[in-house]
Amino acid sequence: MKFHFHQTLFVSIRVIAIITSLILIWWIISLSGSIPVYLLPSPFTVILALKNNQHLLWLATFTTIQETLIGLVIGCIFGMLLALLMIQVPLIRHWLMPIIIISQSIPTFALAPLLVLWLGFGINSKIVMTVLMIFFPVTSSFFDGLNRTPQGWLDLSKTMNASRFRQLFFIRIPAALPAFSSGLKIAAAISPIGAVIGEWVGASSGLGYLMQNANSRFQTDLMFAALLILSLMTISLWGFVTIMMKIMVPWLKENND
Amino acid sequence: MSNLPPPSILVQNVSLIYNHRLIFSKLNTFFPSGKINIILGASGIGKSSLLKMIAGLQPCHQGIIQANDHHPLLNRISYMGQQDFLMPWARIIQNIMLGNKLRGETPEPQRALHILEQVGLSHVAKAYPSELSGGMRQRIALARTLYENRPIVLMDEPFSALDSVTRTNMQTYTANLLKGKTVILITHDPFEACRLGEQIQIMTGYPASLYNAPIVKGTIPHPLTSLSLQKAQAHLLSLLMEKTSL
Repeated sequence: MKFHFHQTLFVSIRVIAIITSLILIWWIISLSGSIPVYLLPSPFTVILALKNNQHLLWLATFTTIQETLIGLVIGCIFGMLLALLMIQVPLIRHWLMPIIIISQSIPTFALAPLLVLWLGFGINSKIVMTVLMIFFPVTSSFFDGLNRTPQGWLDLSKTMNASRFRQLFFIRIPAALPAFSSGLKIAAAISPIGAVIGEWVGASSGLGYLMQNANSRFQTDLMFAALLILSLMTISLWGFVTIMMKIMVPWLKENND
Repeated sequence: MSNLPPPSILVQNVSLIYNHRLIFSKLNTFFPSGKINIILGASGIGKSSLLKMIAGLQPCHQGIIQANDHHPLLNRISYMGQQDFLMPWARIIQNIMLGNKLRGETPEPQRALHILEQVGLSHVAKAYPSELSGGMRQRIALARTLYENRPIVLMDEPFSALDSVTRTNMQTYTANLLKGKTVILITHDPFEACRLGEQIQIMTGYPASLYNAPIVKGTIPHPLTSLSLQKAQAHLLSLLMEKTSL
C-alpha cells in the first residue's frame, strides 16, 4: 500500500512537472514577442478569455459532454454486442469481419459532412460520429479477449459440463474484461474527437462549433480556452474510465499501466 | 449414483497421431475401480494426451475408451491440471462451487466450507486467489475437484509446480480425500508414484507403450520413512531409466 502511494505521488509530480514546464515555455515564447498575439496568445490571456466567456464556454462544454457521453455509452454497448455476436455465431463473424475492416479504412472525418446532411445540425449526427469513432477499439479488444480464453479454463468448464451460454457468461466474458478495458480506455480518450469533428462540420453549439467561430474571428485566446477545456474533459473521462475499470476488474495486473 | 461403486476404465486399441507423429498406437490398458492409478513417464511422451482423451477434452479417433458399466464417462469425471486455473475474479468459496454455477444448479456453501476445512483452508473462504500462495491455490483446486464429487478423478501432474514440502502434503491430502474414487494420476516423479500408487504403469517409447511396475504394499499414503517406499522408489527409477534408454 505504501509502495502504491509512493508510485502515485511520483506519477503526479511527473505530470505536474511536465505541464508546468510546457506552460512556462509557452509563456516565454509569447513574452518574447516573436509571435503575434493573434497567433499565440499568452497563458494569461487565455485564462482571461476563460473568465470572460464563462457562460458561453459552459454551454458549449455541456453540449459536447452530452454528445461524447451518449456516444460513448451507445458505442460501447453496440461494440460489445457486435463482439459477442461475432464470437457466438461463426456465420456473422465470417461475413461481418471484412465489412468492419473495410469500414475502418474509410476515414471517419470524411463521413462527418454526410452524417450532418443525413441527421441534421443537432446532437444526433455528433453522437453517431462518436459511435463510429469508438466502436472499433471496443469491438476488437473485446473480441480478442473473448477469443483468447485460456484453454485450461475452457477444459475445466467442459469437464464440469458447462453449457455454451454459461461458459460464455461465467468464464469467457469475465476473462475478456482486462482486454476489453484497454479498448474502453482508448475509446474514452478518442470519443470527444468524434463529437468535435461533428461540430466542426455543422452545428449550432458545442466546443467544436465555438472553436470554429473563434478561429474565423481570430479570437485565438477563446480558441485556446476551448481547447483547454476539451483536453481537461478528455483527461477526466479517461481517468474516470481507468478508475472504474480498476474497481470493476480488480484482477487486472496493476503493472501494465 | 454415489451409492454405486466407481467405474473402472478400459482403454482399447487407442491410437493417437499428433503433428504427423505416432504418439501411441493400439494402446491397451485398464484402470481398476476405486484405486489410485499412476501413469509415470518422461515429459512429452503422451501421458497428458491419454488423460485428455479419457476426459473427453481431446477426440479419440481410433480405439475405445469406456467405463466397465458402459455408461458414458462424460459427466462422471473431474479433472485437475498442473495449474490451478482458479478464477481471479471470484472468491475462493465461489471458485470451489464453480461447477454448480456452470451447470445452473443451486450451490451448497455448507458442503464447500466442509471441504475447505478438510484441506485446512476454511479461513480463506472469502479471500481472492491472488491473496494465496501457490501451494494453497493448488489445495483449493483439489477442494474444487472434491466438491464436484465425481466418481472418477483425473489428475495431470497436479503437484509438479510445487515445492517438495507442499507437494508431499498435497499427496497426503489426495490419498486421504480421494479414497474410494477411481483416480488416474499422471506424474514424472517416481517418489510420488510409489507413495500414492495402487497401480503403477510406466509410459515410455516412441510410439509409447505402458508397462506395469510393482507397487508398495500397505495402505496409501505410505509413510515417508518407510524403507520399502525408499526401495521401491529406487527400483522404479532404475526401471524408468532402463525402459527409457531402450
